[in-house]
This record gives sequence, C-alpha cells and structure tokens, in this order.
Amino acid sequence: MKNFFKIIYLFSLIIIGASQVNSAEKVEFLKTDWSFKGLFGKFDRGSLQRGYQVYTEVCASCHSMKYLSYRNLSEKGGPEFSIDQAKAIAASFDITDGPNEDGEMFTRPGKLSDKFAMPYANEKEAQAANGGAYPPDMSVLAKARGGGVDYLYSVLLGYEDPPSGITLDDGVYYNKYMYGNNIKMAKPLDDGLVEYSDGTEATEEQMAKDVVTFLMWAAEPHLETRHRMGFKAIVYLIILSILVYFSMKKIWSRIESEV
Amino acid sequence: MSDQEYVPKSKFGKWFNDRLPLLSLANHLTDYPTPKNLNYWWTFGGILTFCLITQIVTGLTLAMHYIAHSDLAFGSVEHIMRDVNYGWLIRYVHANGASMFFLAVYIHIFRALYYGSYKAPREVIWIIGMIIYFLMMATAFMGYVLPWGQMSFWGATVITNLFSAIPFVGEGIVSWLWGGFAVDNPTLTRFYSLHYLLPFLILGLVVLHIWALHVPGNNNPIGINIKKPSKDTVPFHPYIVIKDAFALLMFLIVFAFFVFYSPNILGHADNYIEANPMVTPAHIVPEWYLLPFYAILRSVPDKLFGVIAMFAAIFVLVILPWLDTSKIRSAVFRPLYKQFYWILVIDVLVLGYVGAMPAEGLYLLIARVATAYYFLHFLIILPVLGYKEKTIPLPLSITEPVLGGFPNPSTVKKKESLN
Repeated sequence: MKNFFKIIYLFSLIIIGASQVNSAEKVEFLKTDWSFKGLFGKFDRGSLQRGYQVYTEVCASCHSMKYLSYRNLSEKGGPEFSIDQAKAIAASFDITDGPNEDGEMFTRPGKLSDKFAMPYANEKEAQAANGGAYPPDMSVLAKARGGGVDYLYSVLLGYEDPPSGITLDDGVYYNKYMYGNNIKMAKPLDDGLVEYSDGTEATEEQMAKDVVTFLMWAAEPHLETRHRMGFKAIVYLIILSILVYFSMKKIWSRIESEV
Repeated sequence: MSDQEYVPKSKFGKWFNDRLPLLSLANHLTDYPTPKNLNYWWTFGGILTFCLITQIVTGLTLAMHYIAHSDLAFGSVEHIMRDVNYGWLIRYVHANGASMFFLAVYIHIFRALYYGSYKAPREVIWIIGMIIYFLMMATAFMGYVLPWGQMSFWGATVITNLFSAIPFVGEGIVSWLWGGFAVDNPTLTRFYSLHYLLPFLILGLVVLHIWALHVPGNNNPIGINIKKPSKDTVPFHPYIVIKDAFALLMFLIVFAFFVFYSPNILGHADNYIEANPMVTPAHIVPEWYLLPFYAILRSVPDKLFGVIAMFAAIFVLVILPWLDTSKIRSAVFRPLYKQFYWILVIDVLVLGYVGAMPAEGLYLLIARVATAYYFLHFLIILPVLGYKEKTIPLPLSITEPVLGGFPNPSTVKKKESLN
C-alpha cells in the first residue's frame, strides 16, 4: 500500500511539474471568475449570448471564425439561441454561393448550415487591410494562447499609454499583457460600445468577460458535456475500484501473503 | 510452464487443441506462476498493454475522420472535435493517452532499473522493451505532427533536420525524409502512413516481450531466483489479474482527470495555431516525454555530436545488461546502487526540466552537467559498482527462513516499501 501512495505522489509531482513547465513564461494575468472552470463548470448562457453580440458587432469586422456554423448558435451547451433566432442571425449575413446554372457565383442570405461569414476574402486581403498584421481566426483562439482565457481577457483590458522612453510606430499600440507588448489591434472595447438587449451594463470588463466566454465556447463547444461525462466517469471508476479492491483483498486472503 | 501437460476436458476441446493449442496457451496464461511478492510497480506492464490497445482503438476511429493533407489536416481535426459524435472524447483520449502511455512506460523502465530486471536471464526481454520504447517515441513524434499545428510543423522540421548532421549524405537524407525541400504535404502523408503502421509493430514486439518474459518468469522485488511453481508463486489468475485490474483503475482515474478536466495541459497552446512555414514559434519544444533527450541533444555544442549523444543515451540503455556488472539484481540488497539510482532519477527529471527551457545561460550549464552525469552513471558508476559494492546477503526464498537469519522476509519487505 505504501508503494501505492508513492505512485500517487509521483503522479501529482509530474502533473505539477508539467503545469509549471507550461506556465514558465507567464506574466500575472488579470483574473476573473469563469463559470466554466471546475468540476461542474458550465457556460453562463446570458454571457455567451452577450459575448456573441460583442463578437459579431466588434471583433467580426476583422476576425474570422471559420470552423463555426450558424447552427452551432442554437446547439445545446452553447449560447442556445432558439432555432428561429439562429435562422434570423444566419439570414442577416450574405453568403457567396454557386456556381448557378449560368456558371455565376451569387450571394444569398445565410442558412443554419453555413459557416460563419468571413470578413476578408483571404489572408492577404486581411493583412493588407490591417497594416500587415493578420487578425487571427478566433475559432480556437482560447486554446491557442498560453494562459488561455485569462490571457485573452487581460489583453482586451491591457491597453495603456506606453511607458516613457518607448516610442511606437503608427498603427502599433502598447499592451501590458501582449507578448512583446506591441499589438497592431487598436483598443477594441470601450464602455457602452455595444448595447446589450438584456439590460446588462456594457462596461469594458463586462464585454471582455462576455466575449472571452464566447471564445472559450467556440474553442470547446462540448465543454459542458465533457465536464458532465467526466464527473460520471470518475465516480463510476471510484466505485468500481472500491469493489475491485475488496475482491482483491478477499482473493488474496486465501494465501498467506499481503497484497 | 505448469508441471503436468494440460489436456482439455471436452472432446471437441481436445480435438481442436491437438490441431491448434490455443487452449493450452490460455491455460498457460492463467496458471502462469508469478512471484507473490510483486508490488504495485509491477502492475505497469498490464497498464501499458491497456494503453497500447486504447491508442490503437481510438487511433483507428480517428483515422476514419482525419484527412492527411497539409491544407485540410488542421480543419479535419476541428471537424472531429466539433461535429463527429464524441469525436472530442476520442481525440482527447488519444492525445492524453500518448502521455499516459509514456508516463507508464517510464515507471515501468525505472522499476526494471531499480530491481535489476534487465539482468541475466532477462536481457532479451529488456532489449525488446527498449526497441518498443524507441518505436513508441517515433510513433508519438509522428502522431504529434498529424494535427498540422505550429508545433507539429516546427517540431517535425527540427527533428528531421537532425539527420542533416550526418556527414556527406545528411542533406540528401533529409530531403528524402521530407519528400521535398521542406516539411510539406509529402512529409505529412508519409508520417501518417508510418504512424498507422508502427503501433502494429509495437504490438508484435509486445507479444515477443511477454513471450520472452514467460520463459524465465517474472523478476521480483527481492530479485532472487525462485522455484516455479512453488510456495513463492501464485497463479497469474486470479491473483495477479485482480491486482493489475485494481492498479489499472487507479491509473484510469488519473487518466480521466486529464481527459475530462484538463485535456490540453500536456500539449502546447501553439499547436492550436495552424502550421505556417513563414512564422517560427518563439520556443520550439517537443512533447514532455521527449524532453530529457532534447536536453541531451542541445547540451552538446556540435550538431553531429549532439545527435550522436542523443542516440547514445538510448543505446546505453540497450547494452545496460552488460554494463551493470553486479550479480545482485534488486537494489534492496545494494545499498550504494540504491543511492545512485535515485540520483539518476533526479538527473533525468532535471534533464526533462531544462529540455523545456531555452538552451542558454544557467539552463545550458545544468543540461551539460546532467548529460555528463547520465553517461557517467551508465558507463562508469555501474560497471565499477558491481566490483566495489558490499551487498546485503540475499534470502533463500520469498517465504522461507533465511540463511544466517538476516534479513528475514518481513524486514526485507519493510525496507522495500520504505524507499
């Protein structure tokens, strides 16, 4: 049994070690309480819907989200807009389709099955419109940065005047949390920039929290299922281990030897 | 290995068994006499078999949805994560399963090092094990390339470039490996093909590994030869089966925590950025289980010698049965070796740590010292220790009283569980 605890101890050491390695270059990020962390973590439905609003009104003019479809907006575990709302959202975008019988491409209103409309035709056009910097696709952004959601939240709120002695080129901004502190995205959020339909006050922090929650869902659309299933799986494993442990004790009691 | 010949009871069973002795094999596997003092460190063999099967089953399923093309691979992984039913579960089990596999294999290897399981007559088991380990690293490395993220691409670039260190033919070999002049679609498709093939080679080698194990039988914590079957052994089923099952469940709980609650903690965030040959990540780091070798590679200033040192680090393990000159297997009876063993464990952990850090300044110095010690341990300390060390007298059997009265089995057990 002592050996057994040693194994557990080793496991935890390795887990801690691994997270240390991953967090080695982290600066202290701004913290906020995310509803989706922890054993039973779930998305805050209202926050996801507001986050979608911020994304579509603010971010989407430059940032694509090419792996998401409009149907995802009404799926379980997401913002859970009603089917009709999601259809209306989709229809508000123009989607290029085709070719038709005449061999021409045409635009039509979006459908649930369409992927999110792209702000630019291609990467080069996106770069040309943004001073050479490519606004990254936001589908998995929340998983694609060290520090994850805390990092995104901090960058959104980390705009400051540059410290004295640092001069920035045109179109470059100072951000406390961005790697290298230089960012080509102008400060995207300001108090009251969007008007939330549910009456929540659109402060900068609130918008940042909502949009980052939305990005986390976009990156991990099955997070809620995962947490639910994980809890059941682990409880099941623990109960089974207890049963197997006593069976083992019983079987080994037939001989004069410790297990 | 049982004393009397096994004869099936039913008539059909006998008829069939005479033509293909599958029932005899099943009988051998259930009756297989196993030392009864095996501790929990011995359960990792079963856990590893489970890991391999899990990787193959989840891998087969992923292969049904994955597209091996440099333009489509990243998107197809996202398709698996979003639209394939429970695709996220299968992929996270596969990705974290690789880490769990290596965690288990490292424990398995270090168990063998502690209890001298590689020594005669088990050298062949050990060497097959080392080939499996090497193939595992190759498989895992190629698997990491398949999602075609930034770390996939740049990891592949760095590792394949190692071969360019070979004099004269290096450059040619590298472009032969790539199928072009850079890591690109041909590299991805061949890595996919090999990533699919190698696990089945590993499976075959695992069969040989177990076969070779069943010839001399298991080593045990005391490391003495035991009579089989005897009072010192128990039949594999049900005693060892139930114990392995319990240990596997403990392992699965840890596994499940990773899969369900932090599925990405062992990966690198950059691998969620699609591969871009124009943008080099700030730090290119391999997966955690390759870090010690990466540290050895980078600690040598010359590229060619770095590559040689890295491969030599694995090769010294292959010839370990002949480097360790001590006749005593278990570290329980080798007071000096026991200390050097733990120094080696710390040394490898240190190598792993500096492997994740930038190769400069203090980190580089530590990496060099740790690399030197790694080779010192195997090439000098172990051979010399076999002659110099004063070992503790061995008991005659696991159960029976010991010649000279010391150490008796219960104190042996206690010492055993203390370290």
